[in-house]
Amino acid sequence: MDLAFSDEEVRFRNEVAAFLKENLSSRLSQKVNIGKRLTKDDMVEWHSVLNDKGWLAVNWPKEHGGTGWTAVQKHIFDEECWAAGAPRTVPFGLNMLAPVLMKFGSEEQKAHYLPRILDGTDWWCQGYSEPGAGSDLASLRTSAVREGDHYIVNGQKTWTTLGQFADWIFCLVRTSTEGKRQEGISFLLIDMNTPGVTVRPIILIDGEHEVNEIFFDNVKVPVGNLVGEENKGWTYAKYLLTHERTGTANIGNSNAALEKLKRIASEQKKSGKPLSQDPYFAARMAKVEIDLNALKTTNLRILVEADSGAAAGPESSMLKVKGTIIRQELNDLARRALGPFALPFSSEAMEEGYNEEPIGPDYANAVAAKYFNNRKMSIYAGSNEIQREIITKTKLGL
Amino acid sequence: MDFKLNDDRRMLAETLERFLADNYDMEKRHGFAMQEAGFSPQMWSEFSQLGIIGALFGEDVGGFGGEGADLMVVFEALGKHLVVEPFLPTLLAGTVLAKSGGNEALIEKTIAGESMLALAHGEPSSRYELNSVETVAKQDGDSWLISGNKSVVLGGGAATHYVVSARTSGETDDEQGITCFLVEKSDAMRIRNYSTLDGYGAAEVTLENAKGILLDEKDKGCSLIEQAYAHGISAVSAEALGAMTVATELTVEYTRQRKQFGVPIGKFQALQHRMADMLIEMEQVRSSVMNAVGNLVSDRKLREREVSACKYLVGTVGRQVAEEAIQIHGGMGMTWEYSVGHFAKHIIMIDHLFGDTDHHLERYIALGQDL
Repeated sequence: MDLAFSDEEVRFRNEVAAFLKENLSSRLSQKVNIGKRLTKDDMVEWHSVLNDKGWLAVNWPKEHGGTGWTAVQKHIFDEECWAAGAPRTVPFGLNMLAPVLMKFGSEEQKAHYLPRILDGTDWWCQGYSEPGAGSDLASLRTSAVREGDHYIVNGQKTWTTLGQFADWIFCLVRTSTEGKRQEGISFLLIDMNTPGVTVRPIILIDGEHEVNEIFFDNVKVPVGNLVGEENKGWTYAKYLLTHERTGTANIGNSNAALEKLKRIASEQKKSGKPLSQDPYFAARMAKVEIDLNALKTTNLRILVEADSGAAAGPESSMLKVKGTIIRQELNDLARRALGPFALPFSSEAMEEGYNEEPIGPDYANAVAAKYFNNRKMSIYAGSNEIQREIITKTKLGL
Repeated sequence: MDFKLNDDRRMLAETLERFLADNYDMEKRHGFAMQEAGFSPQMWSEFSQLGIIGALFGEDVGGFGGEGADLMVVFEALGKHLVVEPFLPTLLAGTVLAKSGGNEALIEKTIAGESMLALAHGEPSSRYELNSVETVAKQDGDSWLISGNKSVVLGGGAATHYVVSARTSGETDDEQGITCFLVEKSDAMRIRNYSTLDGYGAAEVTLENAKGILLDEKDKGCSLIEQAYAHGISAVSAEALGAMTVATELTVEYTRQRKQFGVPIGKFQALQHRMADMLIEMEQVRSSVMNAVGNLVSDRKLREREVSACKYLVGTVGRQVAEEAIQIHGGMGMTWEYSVGHFAKHIIMIDHLFGDTDHHLERYIALGQDL
């Protein structure tokens, strides 16, 4: 047993850190660190910096323009990016659609779509959830009916993250109502500019426009946009859900959040002493740090196993549950650490050009909003209750 | 980075697990605990022949293991069968002997199962404080005479040799001035032998001018004790993990068999999700034990922080697993006859060894403050 990173991995970490120091603009990292609102341009800019280096598609094999990194390398990259205050990459095209195309798409689809994801031509969003199909995704009803060379799509998708910026949406649609519900679902690529597609914002409790509803009203989609076989979409979607393990535990994100929390707790005073020295608050910080350090090792154990070829299992469910609990606890502590300065909130202050004097510390504005925003983490990507169902079925055999 | 066991350790694990599966069911375990020594001398001798006692010691002192991963393998297996033979006392005292040097003959006899060791450190008023030592040692020509009271000495009833901490200078709570001595069992010691609630042997030990041999440097014993505790905590944490694993397996199996309202109770989501949480938290414990055993050879501050983190997590998760195991079993979990309660007892009582969750959380914070 050896807990240390190899020399190569340490060299790799240094290389990543050096690259970020050189190429991540302080404009972007300051926005991230202080909790400013990132624009589409900010995200596109960061994608392009990474793409120039060949480090955008961390999960892709080299033949498609990816890094070909090991799972451990991807983890190191993720940790360093969060530590440096880099914007997160937009995962829908890169990490969600691309693996499905590589595995199940036609040669034409691969050749057409993959390069456009890399160079930023296409911004993708995900069309899975529907108003009546959340955790029970297989109950989705958005229909695609074949008419000649086209499918006619009718229905509604929801919770579509950053869909307001998207050029394309990959959708699960119902192509059959026969047999098992799962066997009538297909995986379809839809151009957002097609007539009949409408995007409506959903404003979340933090006041932000992050997710959307997408309506499809007799939308004509060429049959060439079907991925793989008709009625096999459920298999592809499941492949997608188990494919990506690197980010599940939110380690890099939580590392950065813990560092930020420590800074807040050392600057905020309670009875004249830093809050970090208050025994009760220090105990809460220590508990979450201990949990995070154990999860880091769990995560690395699973990544090392993945690198040696082990198939993904219910471990990702365990990482998801524990990782989100930890991240949300850090949000809670950061909010508490600010005391009364968690209360003032200005949406305008989240804009880059905002020049007015902050109320309280300059990092305070977005902290409570972020707490509410991150309540989503235990709900999305298979709610934590669904993850416990998966563990029950696969690990407990009940 | 490598989290796998090497071939030697995999063999060690297989050997021990097979031996325990064949020789150590719960009924036998209770029988061993009821023997006069508080364990089975016969089994101790068999463990010796299998090389399990030797696995607690490094090759430099005549053993064939002694590394963190060895401890994890051995104690996790012991925990799965609630083995009552005195591995933990042997490891605690043995670590002091091995680190202070010059005790190869005694270690050899210990590995052979002929000598029995115990660490006599805790005192009636020390609670979990490592530095709190009132027992005194006075120099008497070439040897030392030790007097004082030692409390809850694990394996203290059966030991032939004791590692005893005593104050050679300073005040009761000073870190400096504690010295470790080797004391052979004699009439100068009063030993009140008993069994702990979870069935392990311990004793109250009173020394009255007992003859001791100085181990290592005078006044510098606290660091030796701290290292012995680091090994003991890592080991007992692995033991707790083994016990938690079995308690959870028993619980899941019980929910498969037990029917109420016409279905196995394992079909109820209220129970399923709690068992899923037990698995999630136990995976955290496994990682934390790895962090502790993997850092036993690291610098003091890193080692002790990982050890305290581990003991904190074992205590917290241990309580969750033990209480849920009993609750989900319902009335059956409350009976002496059914085994799950015995696992629960050991898991909970481990929190009272070497500092509980509160103690180690506080210690973890203190160790981090000057990082």
